[in-house]
Amino acid sequence: MGYTAKFRVWRGTDEGGALNDYDVDVNEGEVVLDVIHRLQATQAPDLAVRWNCKAGKCGSCSAEINGRPRLLCMTRMNTFDKSETVTVTPLRAFPVIRDLVTNVSFNYQKAREVPSFTPPPGLKPGDYRMQQIDVERSQEFRKCIECFLCQDTCHVIRDHEENKPVFAGPRFFIRVAELDMHPLDTLERKHSAQEEFGLGYCNITKCCTEVCPEGIHITDNAIIPMKERVVDAKYDPAFGLFRVLRARSKSTKTMTEQADRAWALLRAVEDGEVAYAMVEDDVAEAMGQAKAVASTGTVLARLEALDHFEAGRLDEAAAEAQASLNWHRSAQERSDAWVTLARVYDAQERPTATVEAVENARRFWPDNPRLRHFDGDGARP
Amino acid sequence: MTDLERHSYDVVVIGAGGAGLRAAIEAREQGKRTAIICKSLFGKAHTVMAEGGIAASMGNVNSKDSWQVHFRDTMRGGKFLNHWRMAELHAKEAPQRVWELETWGALFDRTPDGRISQRNFGGHEYPRLAHVGDRTGLELIRTLQQKIVSLQQEDEREFGDPEAQLRVFAECTITEILKDDGGVAGAFGYWRESGRFIAFDAPAVILATGGIGKSFKVTSNSWEYTGDGHALALRAGGSLVNMEFIQFHPTGMVWPPSVKGILVTESVRGDGGVLKNAGGQRFMFDYVPDVFRDKYAHDEAEGDRWYTDPDNNRRPPELLPRDEVARAINSEVKAGRGSPHGGVFLDVASRLPAETIRKKLPSMYHQFKELAGVDITAEPMEVGPTCHYVMGGVEVEPDTGAAVGVPGLFAAGEVAGGMHGSNRLGGNSLSDLLVFGRRAGLGASTYVEGLDGARPAVAGADIDRAAAAALAPFNGDGAENPYTVHTELQMTMNDLVGIIRRSEEMQDALEKLDELAVRAAAVTVEGHRQFNPGWHLALDLDNMLLVSRCVARAALLREESRGGHTREDYPLMSSEWRQVNLICRASADDISVARQPLPSMPDELLQLFERDELNKYMTDDELTVLPKGDA
Repeated sequence: MGYTAKFRVWRGTDEGGALNDYDVDVNEGEVVLDVIHRLQATQAPDLAVRWNCKAGKCGSCSAEINGRPRLLCMTRMNTFDKSETVTVTPLRAFPVIRDLVTNVSFNYQKAREVPSFTPPPGLKPGDYRMQQIDVERSQEFRKCIECFLCQDTCHVIRDHEENKPVFAGPRFFIRVAELDMHPLDTLERKHSAQEEFGLGYCNITKCCTEVCPEGIHITDNAIIPMKERVVDAKYDPAFGLFRVLRARSKSTKTMTEQADRAWALLRAVEDGEVAYAMVEDDVAEAMGQAKAVASTGTVLARLEALDHFEAGRLDEAAAEAQASLNWHRSAQERSDAWVTLARVYDAQERPTATVEAVENARRFWPDNPRLRHFDGDGARP
Repeated sequence: MTDLERHSYDVVVIGAGGAGLRAAIEAREQGKRTAIICKSLFGKAHTVMAEGGIAASMGNVNSKDSWQVHFRDTMRGGKFLNHWRMAELHAKEAPQRVWELETWGALFDRTPDGRISQRNFGGHEYPRLAHVGDRTGLELIRTLQQKIVSLQQEDEREFGDPEAQLRVFAECTITEILKDDGGVAGAFGYWRESGRFIAFDAPAVILATGGIGKSFKVTSNSWEYTGDGHALALRAGGSLVNMEFIQFHPTGMVWPPSVKGILVTESVRGDGGVLKNAGGQRFMFDYVPDVFRDKYAHDEAEGDRWYTDPDNNRRPPELLPRDEVARAINSEVKAGRGSPHGGVFLDVASRLPAETIRKKLPSMYHQFKELAGVDITAEPMEVGPTCHYVMGGVEVEPDTGAAVGVPGLFAAGEVAGGMHGSNRLGGNSLSDLLVFGRRAGLGASTYVEGLDGARPAVAGADIDRAAAAALAPFNGDGAENPYTVHTELQMTMNDLVGIIRRSEEMQDALEKLDELAVRAAAVTVEGHRQFNPGWHLALDLDNMLLVSRCVARAALLREESRGGHTREDYPLMSSEWRQVNLICRASADDISVARQPLPSMPDELLQLFERDELNKYMTDDELTVLPKGDA
């Protein structure tokens, strides 16, 4: 079962560093953290990494794997192809201390700015009475393990150091929401979320929700309800746009729905049901709406790849498909990215690359309906 | 020394888990300037791993519960080797400590009438564990963390500095307790991030460093659990009690290999999960020991009825204390009736609806799905024993947490010994942290006040010596790698001083430990001092080796089987050995183990038990106060 994997690990300090290449053994059932530990024990004894529980409960081993914020202990090696190079880099939103260890003190400062739980005066210990249904809303947010992946991925601070003083980030929006929804908390917290913690900067792209290893519905259950209650749209242009979009789509899941709409149209083109020119405008509109609320292009890379392909822009299509692969989303999305790459290679008359791409697409999702565009050997029928 | 950062505090707390944070809160509320030192980031301590709950006899689910019943269960679970006074204080104060958490913002699961819900657990007669799903430890640590933040907010308003009275030193490791004229004068350590040295001047130090599980290969413990507090206390002149008693939690994951040992909460069984062997048989009915025979169901039908009608049925034997269940699993696997990967099956899928499982055991569902690819709502889990907890620890005064023999040194939580006797009940750990964390904080504050301002002084020579010792691994000749020595230590303890022990094997272990100690002295680390895990491990290794020798020495001496100490060559419990504590001390280059009489329980506590039951544990001489039973 074991094999030798190719790893690229960022090594360095706040003064700079570089990706180092390693060949390292991998055994059945291992996670990325196991492999990092093997590197420490055999090749790089001073490789700095944080970890504690190794079970997804403490939130210490946060890093970026192939560019995606993840817990090292909860990323299984069998989600990668054996030939694939696994790149591990430190969290990008925080200053590097050494190797994979970053300075996350920003989060501890923000934690100190949130006013603490304030029960009604005179309520004695042992006399607290709350219904299960009322505590459950806050309990969801208290599942937070403070891995800070949501902070890392949030585009408001990820590449914008200048926003940090005025923006607390998703982790502290759920902290404020948790206290706001606590049945016995007595402080008014909604406006402070907006005025002191920068809720208005958030444009609801759900990137934080997507990376949360605890599956907390950060956007839907904390940020949106708080924004709705702060409500004054002139405060918050992003939320104004969001409301317009939601009125059109009658859903809070704007980005996903618009992306799905564009995807369906492009698939119809791919299957020969309609000409690209016929739906070009609709696709552009849906993608525009999705992009308006998406933080980074990578979220929509799979979609953009196919759009570029159908519009005949092969190089751009290949680049976006590659970005989608690097972002390591679901097996289905990776399979789709490979199919698009296969189509690009096929159009470029590169049969070996085409066959390889089809094989990869099939490995991630054997039943991908788009594969019927290729016969068993990978060539187009 | 030029490269040294110095601080002065009234109380220094080493460790930022449940016990350390509760101790620090108390010391700060007593007006003491307090420092909290944690090896990891703030809020990551091993307490977050606790799943099942906090045991406290609030009586919210069954009003028959009381501190007396909790006390009885604790003593039974520990096979009457517990320090009675600690068990008494613990049972009496646990409810107040839980209710206090609510005032700091904790949100426990609720009963229908809005009070804190309580769940069943092994060895507890009534539903007693306050919980939040299966992530109670996270709730505890977060609540204490947020209470500390709230105290810092108060201090910011009063002094303009949030860290004026209470400061957290995160990613900082203490390597030595500094002394002056026999008493504590401070502590010396290093910042993990920079490798720079740091020294604290403080008349009182509270150890709250947790356990020693990283000396074993298969363990539920994190890298921090290297016995630092145990070793610091020994080197400072303190003593350790009951070190032979190690709890192997019956249910750790067994597959895949990389997660072997990770905990599967006892709540799975408390909520209805059952253990089966390869033949599909609920084997625990074959393993009810005589001392518990009349307290557990005799067949499956009665056991199943108990979940809905506990007053008229006895509990299923899956809920026996942990030592019993771990040994039973071990025996089934040895007899060839184990699961494919060397454990047994823990089945909750056939016992509860999938939705209920996901709701009550969300993190177990997540853990198996993500790490093993197993859906616990559809198929059984494979589980086996894992090193989980050390009952032994620093010998302390029960009321104050003061370490015996070292004025100014205190200990609370897993690092302290005595409370749990030979075996800890599930749920009694989180309550232990809170009850004795608070008491140690109070004890240290009172001690500091008693000094009347006469502060001990740290000697410069001691700091120089501590610094030289910490840097020694950089000066080796490259002969040994710390990771290799650590792995061999873990194999030695796991294989030779593990769940079932034999005299010859423990003698082999002691020889191997001596050899490893020599090799550890030759460990050489590469690189420099900035966040260098190889260096950190090299320093932790000395602690693990010292504490492992105590475990092996005490285990070899105790010629009986009791709780977390099972001797194949002495399979029975002995009433004579019950009266004996084994006390470990360290000298310059060796350790000693001495016998010491166990403190005897006062009459009013003895009278909480039936004489028939105590007969199973105690000698007649100890029981003269009780009337002879009819039987």
